[in-house]
Amino acid sequence: MTAGVDIRGVSHRFGTHQALTAIDLTIAAGEFIVLLGPSGCGKTTLLSILGGFVQPGQGSVWINGRDMTHVSPKDRPTTTMFQDYALFPHMSLLDNVGFGLRMRGQSRPVRNARAMEMLDMVGLAAKATARPHELSGGQRQRVALARALAVDPAVLLLDEPLGALDLKLRRQMQDELKAIQRRVGTTFVHVTHDQEEAMAIADRIVVMNAGKIEDVGPPQKVYLTPASLFSASFMGEINLIPATPNGTGIDTPLGPLPLGSTAKGPQTLCLRPENTGLAGDIALGPARLTEAAFFGTHFRCHFAPLAAPDMALTAHLPQSGHPAIGSTVDLFATSATLLSA
Amino acid sequence: MRALSYLYLAVLYGFIFLPVGVLVLFSFQEGRLPVPPFNGPSLKWYAQVLGDRDLMAALLNSLVLALVSSAIALVLGFLAAHALARHRLPGSVLMRGLLIAPMTVSYLIIALGLLTLFNRIGLGPSLWATGIGHVVINLPLCFAIAYAAMGDHHISAERAARDLGASEARVLWLISVPMLAPPLLAAYFLSVTFSWDEFIIAFLLTRFEVTLPVEIWSMLRSGLSPATNAIGSLVFLVSVVGVVAMELFVLRKAKA
Repeated sequence: MTAGVDIRGVSHRFGTHQALTAIDLTIAAGEFIVLLGPSGCGKTTLLSILGGFVQPGQGSVWINGRDMTHVSPKDRPTTTMFQDYALFPHMSLLDNVGFGLRMRGQSRPVRNARAMEMLDMVGLAAKATARPHELSGGQRQRVALARALAVDPAVLLLDEPLGALDLKLRRQMQDELKAIQRRVGTTFVHVTHDQEEAMAIADRIVVMNAGKIEDVGPPQKVYLTPASLFSASFMGEINLIPATPNGTGIDTPLGPLPLGSTAKGPQTLCLRPENTGLAGDIALGPARLTEAAFFGTHFRCHFAPLAAPDMALTAHLPQSGHPAIGSTVDLFATSATLLSA
Repeated sequence: MRALSYLYLAVLYGFIFLPVGVLVLFSFQEGRLPVPPFNGPSLKWYAQVLGDRDLMAALLNSLVLALVSSAIALVLGFLAAHALARHRLPGSVLMRGLLIAPMTVSYLIIALGLLTLFNRIGLGPSLWATGIGHVVINLPLCFAIAYAAMGDHHISAERAARDLGASEARVLWLISVPMLAPPLLAAYFLSVTFSWDEFIIAFLLTRFEVTLPVEIWSMLRSGLSPATNAIGSLVFLVSVVGVVAMELFVLRKAKA
């Protein structure tokens, strides 16, 4: 099963803390959505509201065209994969995965068959009779996923499920999550604070900050043309340069640049380090290389522009090498984004 | 130094178990008085005790009373602990205090209070009244043990069960109770033990159907006899079986 989700004007406060402010978000059926943001940005609260564990102070939640705002978790077509897995320690994996079906009144043979099918999907069919404590972290993860998907939910909610895994396992689970999501077609709403994870799995990323949505879009769009300064810097390292429109282009500490802007008032020029280098369409003027370090895929270099010696621009130069430290070169950018400051 | 530690151990265990050992030993006494010199062994006092219908009726009363009142105390204590651990209720600190308070009150005071109350409402002394008394003394214990055992991982498992479609009753029965089985069983066995050898409340609140401690007390009034030792040994045996059963089924499982 799969279904679209419509969040309309949801606001929520815990005591005096405004956790969410006027959230509007439409999620298409079968989409893999990632709610991304720093801790305390409200992403987990929004997930809890979708799951029915928190009732929003204002606004409504619609799933599959039905108002679910005040429906309890047990009656919602959603299931959750919890951060701490929350497996039932006193049950075998088979009974864990079959629990949701048992609650829906399915007979033992039916739910065992379905549970085996789900365990098989996550590669744990051989351990069906084991207890959760006999499993590794990654395996528990898979059981939690199988259990949440066994009841064929319309929407699966994932609450930072990969947070406790080491990097290698996390990458592997990201690929698996994505593959399983494609296979079952269920709408996935995944919460994380890791922008790499978000880009690895999401169809669309929802960047959140301080209870508001900052940016929504496919990973490429959010990364390359962010809608806000917060989104720009949260998605990865970025050079931020103050800019003022001057009619034909912009004035910056580096000098005037021929970048058109229709916006009024102070702007910020955003340059990704990998789009900054020794060649490109946008000339940034001469700069002195102050530091360079080898990062495997690139050299990470700091430049001090001659026009603004106090400023530090970060650029990623190719593995092949970098100019001598202290030397002056002409810097260029291949693409840039202009945002209201 | 090592020998000294073992000596200390021997003295310690001797101090704890010597009275029980002497009691059991003289239950096998051949003569009419449970005092040295020991002559025997003989099982005649056991035969007499087991053939005594009053005594056996009292033993059965005690057993049923202990099992049933402890079960009620456990259910009530568990439900109260679950509610107070999971929900933010107005005055929950006060409620918790009130639930545990009876633990600090002496059994005599509780018994006197219940006696007065039961007389006032027309419920005379009976096994039922004693049962209520035992629920009163064991409820705080069951509550305290269950409350202390409820941790955060129980909360998330309960939340997951709700998320998968379980009603509150099924969350309690299928998730909370099994996850808390070791502490709940420990609370139950402790309650059974306390109820089993409780005397003051049973003495004041029973009349015709008495419990075993009350019956033993009335036996003692007619003087010492190896028969009291024999029944005492049987009581001890039941307690030992209870403790061993708890060790085998509860504590061992908890480790796994």
